[in-house]
Amino acid sequence: MNRARVPYRLRIETRADNPGWMGIVSSVLGVVLALVVGAFLLRAAGAQDAIATYREIFKEGFGTFADWRAGVAALLSGGDCPKGLLCFGPLSDTLVKASPILLTGLACILAFRMKLWNIGADGQMFLGAWAATAVAVFILPKTTDRWVMLAAMAGAGLLAGMAYGAIPGFLKARLNINEIITTLMLNYVGYKWVEFFIVVGPWSIGDFESTGRFPKAATWPRLTEFADRFPALSGLTAHPGILLGIAAAIVLAWVLYRSRWGYEIRVIGDNPKAARYAGISLQRNILLVMMFSGALAGLAGMNEVAALRELNGRFSRGFGFTGVIVAWLARLNPLAAILVSFLFGGLLVGTKMIMPQGIASMLQGVILFVVVGTELLFRYRIRVEKVGPRRVAAAEGSHDE
Amino acid sequence: MTSNALLALGLTIAFGALVSGTPLLFATIGEILSERAGVMNLGIEGMMLVGAMGGFAVWSHTGSLLVGMGAGMLFGGLLALVHGYITITLRADQVVSGLAVTFLGTGLSSILGAPYVGERVPEPFTLVVPIIQRIAAQQLILVVLGLLFAPLVWYFVNRTRPGLDLRSVGEYPSAADSLGINVFRTRYLYVVLGGALSGLGGAAMSLVTDPGWVDGKTSGLGWIAVGLVIFAAWDPMRGLVVSYFFGLLRRLPLDLQNPALPLISTANNPTLGRFMDMLPYLATILILVLGSREAIRKRMGAPAALGTPYVRGERGV
Amino acid sequence: MSDSPNAIEMHGIVKRFPGVLANDRVDFVCRAGEVHALLGENGAGKSTLMNVLAGMYRPDVGEILVGGQRVSFKSPQDAIAHGIGMVHQHFMLVPPHSVAENVVLGLDRPRFLLNLREVEERVAALGEQYGLNVNPRAKIWQLSVGEQQRVEILKMLFRGARVLIMDEPTSVLAPQEVGSLFGTLREMTGRGHTIIFISHKLDEVVAIADRVTVLRRGRVTAAAVPSKEVTKASLARLMVGREVLFQVEKKPSHPGEVVLETQALCALSDRGLPALRDVSVRVRSGEILGLAGVAGNGQRELAAVLTGLHPSTSGSIRFSGAPLGRQTRWLDIGQRLAHIPEDRASVGSMPGLSVADNLILRSFKRPPIGVGWAINRTAVRQYAERLVTEYQISTPTIETPVRMLSGGNLQKVILARETSGHPELMIAVHPTRGLDVGATEAVHKLLIGQRDAGVAILLISEDLDELLSLSDRLAVMYEGRIVGEMPTEGANINTIGLMMAGTKVEG
Repeated sequence: MNRARVPYRLRIETRADNPGWMGIVSSVLGVVLALVVGAFLLRAAGAQDAIATYREIFKEGFGTFADWRAGVAALLSGGDCPKGLLCFGPLSDTLVKASPILLTGLACILAFRMKLWNIGADGQMFLGAWAATAVAVFILPKTTDRWVMLAAMAGAGLLAGMAYGAIPGFLKARLNINEIITTLMLNYVGYKWVEFFIVVGPWSIGDFESTGRFPKAATWPRLTEFADRFPALSGLTAHPGILLGIAAAIVLAWVLYRSRWGYEIRVIGDNPKAARYAGISLQRNILLVMMFSGALAGLAGMNEVAALRELNGRFSRGFGFTGVIVAWLARLNPLAAILVSFLFGGLLVGTKMIMPQGIASMLQGVILFVVVGTELLFRYRIRVEKVGPRRVAAAEGSHDE
Repeated sequence: MTSNALLALGLTIAFGALVSGTPLLFATIGEILSERAGVMNLGIEGMMLVGAMGGFAVWSHTGSLLVGMGAGMLFGGLLALVHGYITITLRADQVVSGLAVTFLGTGLSSILGAPYVGERVPEPFTLVVPIIQRIAAQQLILVVLGLLFAPLVWYFVNRTRPGLDLRSVGEYPSAADSLGINVFRTRYLYVVLGGALSGLGGAAMSLVTDPGWVDGKTSGLGWIAVGLVIFAAWDPMRGLVVSYFFGLLRRLPLDLQNPALPLISTANNPTLGRFMDMLPYLATILILVLGSREAIRKRMGAPAALGTPYVRGERGV
Repeated sequence: MSDSPNAIEMHGIVKRFPGVLANDRVDFVCRAGEVHALLGENGAGKSTLMNVLAGMYRPDVGEILVGGQRVSFKSPQDAIAHGIGMVHQHFMLVPPHSVAENVVLGLDRPRFLLNLREVEERVAALGEQYGLNVNPRAKIWQLSVGEQQRVEILKMLFRGARVLIMDEPTSVLAPQEVGSLFGTLREMTGRGHTIIFISHKLDEVVAIADRVTVLRRGRVTAAAVPSKEVTKASLARLMVGREVLFQVEKKPSHPGEVVLETQALCALSDRGLPALRDVSVRVRSGEILGLAGVAGNGQRELAAVLTGLHPSTSGSIRFSGAPLGRQTRWLDIGQRLAHIPEDRASVGSMPGLSVADNLILRSFKRPPIGVGWAINRTAVRQYAERLVTEYQISTPTIETPVRMLSGGNLQKVILARETSGHPELMIAVHPTRGLDVGATEAVHKLLIGQRDAGVAILLISEDLDELLSLSDRLAVMYEGRIVGEMPTEGANINTIGLMMAGTKVEG
């Protein structure tokens, strides 16, 4: 800042007007800018043509119009897709990818609404997967009806996630311990916990780091199971888990906007002092919100494990963090999260086949940076004004006491 | 096990703890500096990773460890600069920006580091030392550097003018501003410095303490550093001690794999091994709990302005 | 001694802020070596004027001369370089650091090594010289407020300030400390320093000042009058004398039962000093009791105690006859008590939530809005729309986030929210602060309307005009005590002014 000679001065002041659409614009802008920056970084990483890479990613993640047309035609006529898996394959994979990140995204949305930084959705997800596995393989008999089994697994996932989320919740509510650190640490504890059971401990089968295949009842039905009636669906692994996520999104939206508890959450998140004035209990809500946020992440774990049909050492880490980005991009709106998670799922699927690995993470980082940065640019306005003793300096009103 | 062998093992573990803890020490002290200025940077993991990868890459092209470590600092600092811009100038939320640093650092290091996985590593220059027998000279030098670094930083923060300015900016930026100290510039300086130190820690890992590069090299060490800063009560000397302690916790699972150890060998007792894996993370939580009560008693709170973007009042930017 | 005996001259200073003209062509002249008091009530413009002199603000129009030379300050550092230092009401001291560390902050020397020995010695020496004894090694948080003030003064002296501006210095001091401060000030003028003393307390002004300048509403009403030549009464008149600017239409009040009664209420401020001393007030239904007084005399604490946000140390409060004590009983009163808080954005509202969401803050737990677990959004919409119309809140929609509303409309939202529950008692603290004329009028109408509907209202305000036109009865607060109470009709302005400035009046 040049105090001496420069006759101009920058002022940053709050915008008076702030229409809702600016939120969407900033999110979209964030993604676009991220793609641009990503293109540069890709170039640096050796990828020759960034645009081609992006097109490739889109194709891998969603497919092409031609393929979709062919697929719909095949579906309607009862025939098979001429290109085999390519018609709906990418879309199906994307749906599969989207379901856990939708759920972790919702977990983050709930917590962030109250300014609780739950970064432990990953660990909570692992605990949920663990509990669902316990039910599927070791508690309920193999012959249990499919929907009963799945319901029990879902319940187990919910409860395990809830319990695991209660730990940081309690620590914050009672001892005011920073939940960022506790949830982060518990992520690692969660990973190791599952690792213990399937690598070294009672669940591992032989030398493999795995529980072995689940009984069929403990797995999601997949589209490919209907291939005899609709050959176009053969090979598609999409499952109802996404519906679970959508249902959860609808429920969360209802809770946030139409329930008393949701109102309390939003008030606390916006102004804790006003909340206290209105008699809303902060401690109780911190614990509750962390518990339910954990529950949603635990459900994501169940979702994944029922989709993967076994729990093994390759159970993905990182969905919890992707959830953070989904929540942010969706502007903490559960219904928007549905769309965002779908798009992100496409991104993740699309970059899986692309080398170099890590593009997804890098793009996620860039997107987050850009969205966070631009969000404030929309909140504030920068004005350049002349400075001099004879001009009215447009300072904020100050009060003489 | 003979008592000699036990002693040798003990010293090996002790030295191993120091070595393992030194990267953590750099990262922790770096973040202490940043937070003393009032800016929280959660992206330590990301900065360490780019430092580790970048340092390794530069070493493999130049053959010089020193240049490699320097490169690690540079990359860490650059990433921190982005965080600084977003949080200081744009005044965005420090938590989310820090997370973005992590993502970006993780991704970048993964992408750009791919060609270096499995490459040959720097040769340890072996020294023969009584009792422990062989240690790597680079590691010894690194440990000594760390041991000297912490008290130097302590002295800087507490007994010099720039240190006073740093502390004032983090505690009560308005007061500092009213007396002519440039709050923004000070914060930028220490955020970038903190990032450089994290990058140094990462490079130390991939070049000295555990040579080689793999994706995700630091495996969560950066996150532990975030917790350590709080437990070290933002004091570099305490940071030294806790870093070594955690270095020990990380080493133990490896050292205890020796089947000749009575009782506690993890080769015979894999459950214990897994539990030990969890230890560093559980310990962080535990010390936070203990710390929360101690802090109340001893007034060892965080820098008062930590996490709050500085907005100057009526006089404008 | 320079040729010009005037240490400071300010000519034709104009300073404008959005919505208010803080200094309106103010002339101020101050001689070297004197104690010059700047007197005025809230909003008079004294702090603004001094902030201009100390380099905090730039004047829109006008010139400043220091020791006969024209100067233009771009920052407080510029002013200090010219020997002008300001000791603010709210100290700029870093609590965990020592006195010496605070004094030395921002200076050129020491360069790198923080060898404080020299600094500590010099600080101790200065302290000895001026009677400002303080341990240079002590940490700020360990010091009493009076001692902290000494540090602020030492900071300025250390930097070679010849002119010291003190902004309401006694407002944070205990009575014994005031004497000590005055001793210091005399010592300083004895050594050739010039003191400008901003205050609203007549007794002190008369005791310590050589000359007095009085400001009222941004204008000078008395310039550099020697203190020996005035009476407190005349000063008070100069401070507050006016015709009431606008009359609010109101019917005579018909006060009913006592709704709020406090007896010998005592409380401590956040700093641990006595803030309320034996406060006994009564507010009846259908009556507005105005509480006048310069800010910082206990009004904030009184409002906080009455709304249950701050504990009292002794005394009692009765609400419609029933005693009120613990926090939980406040929640029982619920909507029978309405509170218009001092700071709209801080406690009063949730800026990111919609108008509708803000309006239901106090009624969301009960039907028709709160039904079981859910919130009946239709009921909310009807409720919100009704209130928006009734209170004429200007907002694009009821879903608009409240932070986009103007100050006046936000205040209406808060009023609507608080009053729609048919409260029996309302505590309104600075309800029109920062509002333009139109919004102020609207709020006044609302308050009168509530009073006519039988609500008991305690109105705390810095704006004497507002108090005079709205209140039925007026009480004056000074240093935590009620120093006078009277019907507003026929009240003597000058008496009120004297009370506000700390002088008790007989009869």
